[in-house]
Amino acid sequence: MGKRAAIIGTGQTNHCSSREDVNEMELVYEAATAALKDAEMTIKDIDAVVLANMELFEGRALPDMWCGEGAGAFMKHAFKISTGGTSGTSGAISGYYHVASGLFDRVMVVGFEKHSEGDASGGMALTDPFWDRHIAAAAIGNFALSVSAYMADRGVTEEQSAKVAVKARRNACNNPHAHLQMPDLTVKEVLESPILAYPVHRLEMCPQSDGACAIIFASEEIAKKRCPRPAWVRAAVTRHDHIYLGEVKNRLSTMRSLREAAKAAYEIVGIKEPLKEFDVAEIYDPLTYAEIAWYEALGFCKDGEGGMLIDGGVTQMDGELPVNPSGGVISTNPVGASGTIRVAEGALQIHGRGGKRQVPDVNLALVTGYGVYCWSDVLILSSKPY
Amino acid sequence: MSDHVERMVLQGKVDMHFSYAAGKTASRFFVELRDRQRIMGKRCPLCQRVIVPAQLFCKECFVETDEWVEVGPEGTLVTFTVVYHKENHHPKEAPLAYGIIKLDGADTSIVHFLSETEVTKLDHGMRVRAIFSEERKGHILDIECFRPV
Ligand SMILES: [Zn+2]
Repeated sequence: MGKRAAIIGTGQTNHCSSREDVNEMELVYEAATAALKDAEMTIKDIDAVVLANMELFEGRALPDMWCGEGAGAFMKHAFKISTGGTSGTSGAISGYYHVASGLFDRVMVVGFEKHSEGDASGGMALTDPFWDRHIAAAAIGNFALSVSAYMADRGVTEEQSAKVAVKARRNACNNPHAHLQMPDLTVKEVLESPILAYPVHRLEMCPQSDGACAIIFASEEIAKKRCPRPAWVRAAVTRHDHIYLGEVKNRLSTMRSLREAAKAAYEIVGIKEPLKEFDVAEIYDPLTYAEIAWYEALGFCKDGEGGMLIDGGVTQMDGELPVNPSGGVISTNPVGASGTIRVAEGALQIHGRGGKRQVPDVNLALVTGYGVYCWSDVLILSSKPY
Repeated sequence: MSDHVERMVLQGKVDMHFSYAAGKTASRFFVELRDRQRIMGKRCPLCQRVIVPAQLFCKECFVETDEWVEVGPEGTLVTFTVVYHKENHHPKEAPLAYGIIKLDGADTSIVHFLSETEVTKLDHGMRVRAIFSEERKGHILDIECFRPV
């Protein structure tokens, strides 16, 4: 067990389809300065910087090199974490490790992505050069493969999936940073949007956004001194599965990496009934069906009952366990930042600074990250250090 | 069965396109170059350095720069090289000369081509002057090169 560490500040840019008003380093700077302001710190207070980003999506090799100074990396300990879709949560976990190791007291993590500048599908086409690349390049078809199996296995319906899209885009209206805010979206509209890859409709997918998100981690002594209500990291677990599509067993239906990561994290904190014990969850939902599958993988319900949670309103803002008050990845997806945003939103709920998206009395928050079925991160944040 | 197999090596190529937003500060730098042939820096309110090309924020003080300052077009050659070997990604045919130039009035330097490719005619500390391109597009190559004065 490492030393205690907490999140004491967060900052986000406004996320949208194109932030043409700033270059990528300036986007990072915007999030970093917002987090410093939130933590009432200056850059001089920060000991180390961790950056999270998808390599190559924006046509910059070594994005940490080109954007690090935007996070105040000048003359500091700084490096980048890149683990695909989980980059943002893995970056946050790395920030936590820095403090938990006892070697650093104040660490800033910045996740960022500027999808508008590059070619995410091109970046995805730079995966394994022997097997996948020539057949299953790009993300949407890859998701769709799993969704069609999941529907067949578990009997999840199109309507249940569409309800997740409606929930996400409505919640996003309470989040001033969110990209897709759609207060009047209906199930019918979701299902009438074009099918991108069977059986996935456009409005069931996450968008591609420009945005950055920064988090400040602090040691116990500093957190207690500087933050009235720190968000303590109680567990941070990462699991990697096989990478070749043909080897990942039952993908969405099982999501073994998420299941295993959650199991380990719950054990650390002593969580027995996640649906009852967590006050809020910010989970990485790349598309609607995934959110329902994650309900099952995270133990909110039994396998095959995920659709019933959305039907019953259990995960709505006024339900037993609000899932993604921020609108989630389905509403906002600057991919290298998407995981960092989940962690920041979880922390924000504990800080009690969630504004219109605040869930009342949050003491325990669940946060997850996801990378193409192969990688999962799970963090548990708490208002109490132990 | 023999252990000998033909060694398979696959070729890879991915066609990708990018568009890089410069941001408001670099945008103004480019517009000044294109429309007025002026090289602009911005001053940091804390350390007082004039940073060139102009930047939104001072990377050392982590505050926004606030005062626009015209610098150059003359300056001092801090260092230089002449490249003789060929590379795919070289912007010009070899031999090509480039250097680091500290423009008059600036506290940081810029990297640019030199018109002179004869090493013996280049010197550290020599005075150079920006030569602007005839056709300017709002790009760092709106300065064609620096020429010894
Ligand atoms: Zn300065």
